[in-house]
Amino acid sequence: MTTPDKHTDKPAAAKRQRAKIRARAVNVYYGDKQALFQVALEVPHKQVTALIGPSGCGKSTFLRCINRMNDVIEGCRVEGELTIDGENVATLDPVALRARIGMVFQKPNPFPKSIYDNVAYGVRIHALAQNRKETDEIVRQSLARAGLEQEVASRLNDSATALSGGQQQRLCIARAIALQPDIILMDEPCSSLDPIATARIENLIAELSQNYTIVIVTHSMQQAARVSHRTVFFHLGRVVESGETTQIFTTPRRKQTERYITGRIG
Amino acid sequence: MKESRLRRRYRAERRYRFYGKAAIAFAVCFLFFFFVAIVSRALPAFSQHEVLLRVALPDNLLKNLSTAEGEDANISEGAARRMLDAALAQELGGGGSAHERRARRALLTPLAALDLKRRVENLSASSVSSLSPSLLLPSWSLSFALSSSSERFLRAQSGGEQVADPALSDMQRDMLTALDAKGLVAKRFNLAFFTRSDSRVPSAAGIRGALLGSLWALLIAFLLAFPLGVLTAVHLEEFAPRNRLSALIEVAIYNLAAVPSIVFGLLGLVVFLNWWQLPRSAPLTGGMVLALMTLPIVVVTARSALKAVPEGIRNAGLALGASHSQTVLHHVLPQAMPGILTGAIIGMARALGETAPLLMIGMVAFIAQAPATPLDPATTLPVQIFLWADHPDPAFSSRAAAAILVMLCFLVAMNAAAVLLRQAFERKRQR
Repeated sequence: MTTPDKHTDKPAAAKRQRAKIRARAVNVYYGDKQALFQVALEVPHKQVTALIGPSGCGKSTFLRCINRMNDVIEGCRVEGELTIDGENVATLDPVALRARIGMVFQKPNPFPKSIYDNVAYGVRIHALAQNRKETDEIVRQSLARAGLEQEVASRLNDSATALSGGQQQRLCIARAIALQPDIILMDEPCSSLDPIATARIENLIAELSQNYTIVIVTHSMQQAARVSHRTVFFHLGRVVESGETTQIFTTPRRKQTERYITGRIG
Repeated sequence: MKESRLRRRYRAERRYRFYGKAAIAFAVCFLFFFFVAIVSRALPAFSQHEVLLRVALPDNLLKNLSTAEGEDANISEGAARRMLDAALAQELGGGGSAHERRARRALLTPLAALDLKRRVENLSASSVSSLSPSLLLPSWSLSFALSSSSERFLRAQSGGEQVADPALSDMQRDMLTALDAKGLVAKRFNLAFFTRSDSRVPSAAGIRGALLGSLWALLIAFLLAFPLGVLTAVHLEEFAPRNRLSALIEVAIYNLAAVPSIVFGLLGLVVFLNWWQLPRSAPLTGGMVLALMTLPIVVVTARSALKAVPEGIRNAGLALGASHSQTVLHHVLPQAMPGILTGAIIGMARALGETAPLLMIGMVAFIAQAPATPLDPATTLPVQIFLWADHPDPAFSSRAAAAILVMLCFLVAMNAAAVLLRQAFERKRQR
């Protein structure tokens, strides 16, 4: 399996100084229930950050704060400051913000249209291409970057729902990167896939991290260890510990983190 | 011990399967009896006996036809009756007493004289008037419909049974037998049933008016209920906040779907007729009432179709930076469309069979003219069936059965359209 270090070919120190996403004192409430408590963390530029923690600890909630997908959940309220490149997301237009941030969900959710239309949809609504030829080129490139081009090149007009689960998930990734985002959010992207499809997605994540800032929520600690540069451990709506992945998994500073990664809580 | 239990379980399984099959067989039997009953009653209405008569045109009419411009070639109904009398006397012989004349005349439908008058008028209006007098024949072979009692007699005779119909005298029976023996009586497909509207005389009564009335009313109901219902459902399901007001609206819509249809008729009477002064008995008003009745069905089915669209599709659209309405319009609504259409067509099918609300707005009436616009007075198919089924003349009850068949055909066609539309949408989605 690819280790993250192979891909941090640029000086790691220089990267770490630039935080792409910075959260300060973020509180999230679902109605009366508070889901996140004073979350503060930094996501470095062009690195993979894994959010781990037991179910219901708020890691997905935090992920959805980044592209303001929580806005569409009724009764959900977000407090605190969350900035991308120094801009507070609360002040940005959510539709424009989401065009800059790709998101991949737990269950592959291609549109029930052709493979081509799935990738081209975002390109069309944001008018990223001048003509049909440019759209074709973007679709081809996106599929190539998602490692799907060879498998589907001959059947771009077939229904996306006929693809296998792993192919569908890579199609969703292609759809997200067709908008040329800076950030890709992944919410347990491999949880419904078999080990072979999971391995392909993990390789893809490693490749994509050269060009994109990736935040991935995962239940699998092995996956976090394999793909991420940094790991953040959430528990009961709070950030318990964050740091370099190698450090978290070898010498955790907090007792709670250690107990979780050795499988005693969660 | 164990084996006997296993056997018992298999026996129970066979028993349950048998119950299921028996239930289906029972339902199919009922459907079969229903169709046999309706078709056997309806069949007589689709054919009709006609008698061929040689009608001699009076000299003055001939002269008018060949010389005048046509308007003068009209004849009175009395003259037409005299022409018919002459033609009947020629075929049947017999005396010229008023009693015998009347007996002969009663063999034909009461509308025969009027029919002849119209045909002569058509003749003079057509190019015949420009023909030279030598080409104009002095007599014409024309077919006339028979009265309902003659019709009954001929049917019974061809069926080989003897009926003592008090409406016909022995002399009239002999006359009919004589006409039949001469080969002048023919059984024809009853085209008039589809081309004519309601009439007091069964041989001239048709469903054209009721059919057009139903189509106009359904068109208006669909044009109102479908867009309103779908927009309501989309707003409630996708955009409206979940608060007390939307909960209240939701409960109100569910209740509306359960309201007896006659109440919608009352509403139509009070609001559309008395307050808005819309025309009484018109398909416009009827369609509006049917739209009110169909609206809650459309809303409820459209909402459940929207609810069935997976949440992942909405997330996918929003996460790609599509606006809320783009997500709904581009992804959610197309996905829900087959379900929405099915609901709308079920609602329309219910509206097609509805009589009660139309009762209140004056669509239950004898209307002999087909509506040309939705503002003309009209009845609808179920109302026409109701009116005919109530009629003492048995010829009308066979027409009622025939109208039921026509209505069933429409229902089947609508359901087939629903299935085809759904398949078309699903095919489009698969691509």
